[in-house]
Amino acid sequence: MVEKVKTSSTVAPHSMGALPLIGPVKAQIQTVPLPRRLGRAAAIRITLLVVAGLVLPFLLQNFYVFQLTLAMVYAIALMGLNMLVGYNGQISLGHGALYAIGAYIAAILMNSFDWPYWASIWPAGLACLIFGYFFGLPALRLQGHYLALASLALAVTTPQVLKHKSLEDYTGGFSGIVLSKPDVPFGLPINQDQWIYLFVYAIMLVLFLIAYNLLRGRIGRAMIAIRDQPVAAEAMGINSAIIKTSTFGVSAFYTGVAGALSAIVVQFVSPDSYDFFLSITLLVGIAVGGFATISGSIYGALFILLVPNFAGELSKSAPWAIYGVLLILVMYFMPTGFAGLIRRVGTLISRQMAH
Amino acid sequence: MLGFTDTAAVAAHLSYVPARGGLVTPLLEVDQVAVSFGGIVALDRVSFDVVTGEICGLIGPNGAGKTTLFNCLSRLYPVHSGDIRFEGRSLIRMAKHAIAPLGIGRTFQNLALFRSMSVRRNIMVGGHCRTRSSFIDNAFRLPIAAREETTLNERVGDLLAFLKLDAQAEIPVSALPFGLQKRVELGRALAAAPKLLLLDEPAAGLNHEELGDLARMIQEIRERFRITILLVEHHMSLVMGISDKVVALDFGRKIAEGTPAYVQQHPDVIRAYLGAT
Repeated sequence: MVEKVKTSSTVAPHSMGALPLIGPVKAQIQTVPLPRRLGRAAAIRITLLVVAGLVLPFLLQNFYVFQLTLAMVYAIALMGLNMLVGYNGQISLGHGALYAIGAYIAAILMNSFDWPYWASIWPAGLACLIFGYFFGLPALRLQGHYLALASLALAVTTPQVLKHKSLEDYTGGFSGIVLSKPDVPFGLPINQDQWIYLFVYAIMLVLFLIAYNLLRGRIGRAMIAIRDQPVAAEAMGINSAIIKTSTFGVSAFYTGVAGALSAIVVQFVSPDSYDFFLSITLLVGIAVGGFATISGSIYGALFILLVPNFAGELSKSAPWAIYGVLLILVMYFMPTGFAGLIRRVGTLISRQMAH
Repeated sequence: MLGFTDTAAVAAHLSYVPARGGLVTPLLEVDQVAVSFGGIVALDRVSFDVVTGEICGLIGPNGAGKTTLFNCLSRLYPVHSGDIRFEGRSLIRMAKHAIAPLGIGRTFQNLALFRSMSVRRNIMVGGHCRTRSSFIDNAFRLPIAAREETTLNERVGDLLAFLKLDAQAEIPVSALPFGLQKRVELGRALAAAPKLLLLDEPAAGLNHEELGDLARMIQEIRERFRITILLVEHHMSLVMGISDKVVALDFGRKIAEGTPAYVQQHPDVIRAYLGAT
């Protein structure tokens, strides 16, 4: 058997084999070909969606505006995680920790150093980028289950570090940091919730555009090639070490920025808001939204934000049981996530219209 | 021709003249290469050269070490002793991803396509080592990224036409029949503009008609793109039909090297295929 290199994906269970939860989903991953240039119909559709997003905060009550803002924050984190897990095939159970690090850096900059909120998110993202890149280095030697376990270590350690006495002057220890609500600038005739919504919205649009650019071109192809067929990817001249660590870095940047935004939106950070469960929630978000899709990040974010609330309303005593059942139903009926479902419905409709 | 003595074999080897003739430095030199896996010798001091412009066939029964040799060329397996040189440079300490940029392309025995991608995108990945736009260039869609993408798309378009895959360009590669998938692998290797192309059993699993197409295509690749080809193949009439030179391996050792006609008649080759008599 010395003759054969293991090349077929059934022989080499790399990438997604790590979690039983999402193992079977792997076969379902069909990377949606990102069009090189958007067609006119798609351009109109996206413009309409962008405008709708701008108008929405002026039509809804403040509570819903706040909820939607939080959903967008999650969507940014999910976009980052999806690059890593969905597109590049590396598992991370540690993104909750990166989210926490982003949130704390922004909160400390605002609280202890009087940075304005809009400036504090970038150092947070940058710190996570560097941290993620260096975490990606040992991750090169680990695959599947082992990488999941290593990143799990990150998730369980971080909340404890945040509580530690030596950092208490900055982190506020157990009680965390309370922040103030950003003011509306330039005397705009809108309320604070609407302003934060628009602020997060703008950042989300820019980050999604960057993700789209990155994933449709040379680098995105290399990420997917490594996920699909690592041996062939290297034989095509792809330096998989550099691509994988850099993807980890970019992914961490997105999640760190999202964490920083969450601190601004919620106006509060505490160690217990970023426990291990957050990492799992983020993975659930990309699975439900759709692996290796951009739009899936938005669907996934709405799911992880709204469904626990909805489950809590249905049953006060066992909300997580309801959440669990819903999760199983979604995975069973939509193995490619909401993005996959919507794509299929779209194809059906356009086929009907063509007749 | 049966009954050749060893001296005759040596003489024939020495008189062998490569297809393009003349005194040429070899493109690829396999020099006393030895590989073993946990005590099992997979390659035992194998040496041969491949000269620019030739089609060299590598034959041998199952387990002879053909694919092992290919995997040494791709740096998937470590070479224990000996050396492999490409244009005079030693390959055996290079990184796996450094091989393609040198100008060595390959296909795989058991298809190693990027299953979730379309045919076009698979072939575009082949152009990875001929493009250099970075994360930043791509994220902000800087001019270099856009320019590269346009050029690459044109080249891939030409390749799709050459391989008669135009109609399938946007189809997910996993939806194609086996024969077409093999052609996509060929396209992916060609997109890297290699000087040397390693084909690992390109004919395996093809039907009669596809075989004829393949033979023509391999020869056309040599003529049109000026690519040297090293070919592992079990299909004897294909190897013998298109190769300028054939190297035969058995149990990790080279047993014959020379023109197809010579190797075909070589007693050791006949013995290796038909068993000891």
